[in-house]
Amino acid sequence: MADIELLPHNVPTNTELPELVEDLTTLNLGPTHPATHGIFQNILKMDGEKIVSGEQTIGYIHRAFEKIAERRPFYQITTLTDRMNYCSSPINNFGWHMTVEKLLGVEVPKRAQYIRVIMMELARITDHIICNSILGVDTGAFTGFLYVMQKREEVYEIYEEVCGARLTTNMGRVGGMERDLSSTAIRKIHEFIKSFPPVLRELEKLLNRNRIFMDRTINVGPISLERALSYGFTGPNLRAAGLDYDVRVMNPYSSYEDFDFIIPVGQNGDTYDRYMVRNEEMWQSLKIVEQAINNLPEGPYYADAPEYYLPPKNEVYRNMEALIYHFKIVMGEIDAPIGEVYHAVEGGNGELGFYLISDGGRAPYRLHFRRPSFIYYQAYPEMCKGSTLSDAILTMSSLNVIAGELDA
Amino acid sequence: MLSNQEVAEELLGKFGDQVFDFEEPYGLLTVSTTREEIIPVISFLQEHKHYQVIFLTDLTGIHYPDVPGKEFMVVYHLHSLVHNFRIRIKVSLSGADLHIPTLTPLFAAANWMERETYDFFGIIFDGHPNLIRILNIEEMDYFPMRKEHALEDATRNDKTDALFGR
Repeated sequence: MADIELLPHNVPTNTELPELVEDLTTLNLGPTHPATHGIFQNILKMDGEKIVSGEQTIGYIHRAFEKIAERRPFYQITTLTDRMNYCSSPINNFGWHMTVEKLLGVEVPKRAQYIRVIMMELARITDHIICNSILGVDTGAFTGFLYVMQKREEVYEIYEEVCGARLTTNMGRVGGMERDLSSTAIRKIHEFIKSFPPVLRELEKLLNRNRIFMDRTINVGPISLERALSYGFTGPNLRAAGLDYDVRVMNPYSSYEDFDFIIPVGQNGDTYDRYMVRNEEMWQSLKIVEQAINNLPEGPYYADAPEYYLPPKNEVYRNMEALIYHFKIVMGEIDAPIGEVYHAVEGGNGELGFYLISDGGRAPYRLHFRRPSFIYYQAYPEMCKGSTLSDAILTMSSLNVIAGELDA
Repeated sequence: MLSNQEVAEELLGKFGDQVFDFEEPYGLLTVSTTREEIIPVISFLQEHKHYQVIFLTDLTGIHYPDVPGKEFMVVYHLHSLVHNFRIRIKVSLSGADLHIPTLTPLFAAANWMERETYDFFGIIFDGHPNLIRILNIEEMDYFPMRKEHALEDATRNDKTDALFGR
């Protein structure tokens, strides 16, 4: 990666704010407003139609995942990670599994790694589909949303074929995959690769050079690179501000170094750049899925680590070894090594980190999620300062703050 | 690329015995320091011309009720994007005196992370602009992530280890 050079930005600074006037309007945006996903409360101080300052209240969907995780064996925590970023569950699942594998020192075979890559990139596509199409809805273009939601449905059908679930996938196991890719799943993935580009092109035709869309998004909610780094931005929102930081390239995991893709980088850090970065990332993800499915290696789909890999149910009923290990894992008789590990994956909207401290017991002593949405959202008042209310809604949409991940 | 050895020697040369307990769990350099030195250490890494550790990845707390005098720990994860180098810095605090200087002047990201840590553990960050609870309600009078708060009903005895031969 090249050295970071802070390029001069053509971001308008909001210095032309009015002097503090006496009668500011206090406006409560959320938590029940549809655009705030039902859980973010923004108390905005407004002078006419300009936003002067904002305060947020979050925590309406806080479910104490970090506390619950202290009582659960490693394989049961997967169900908690699903429910964080529910637009891209597989990324969370596999990120967690990779963290545990790093702790246990389990080497995952190539085939499982490739299957994971395929699922993670499909998840990234769905995540960006939702973010971009909802951004269109917030500007008033409902059509594009209808175009691409159908494709999200197809991805969910692929998930269903691979693991049986659609939204909260619980995909994978510590040490590999739960089951191999079926021929139906492979056929469906090939079909998706063929059928998705025309639909994405339709969305691009509708929005990318659309006069209304550009007027509504260019220079809306800008953030400079220095502020973005200080706020801890990662993922598409940092790349839109002009820095090509991507965990997949910097610290490759799960064989990402085998694939050929580029990192789209924006320039101004405004809403339009964030939209365009996500748009290009969908093409890159599709490219990765195509490479992975065409070069899928032969071999086992789970690691040779019977003490940690939860065997499939049909094995348990037929095979004595599997039955013994299944019992031991479920009863928590196999202890983990003592240690602490931090592992990060490139989630749907940034660096998703897992900080795991193990004291040798069946459950983690302490587990902390580094949730990108939690870190984005505190920059929100600064980004919409000086803009109008309708621009504030677009800024929130383009940040892609997922409620479940924000509050965990 | 930076090596852990190089950074550790630099820190030792600058801060002497104020930095200790050098470890490398899974290849990530881990350093412990005291709460008086935490801001100088982090600002030294941040302003270092060569290292450029300009990214605060994570800030969180841990509770160790069995370690007398060091019941709480604050853990910082920092990242140098230029060299792709991560460092973890730990500060132990005693349960009787839960004060640590805030990191908000150096990183804007620390604001909510510190509020979350205060919310969960009750660690007080001196100088924080707005240290109130963030995820739980204001009226809560305890800190839920501390180990003395059991996750389940304490009167339940159907999950004790004795029943499973442990």
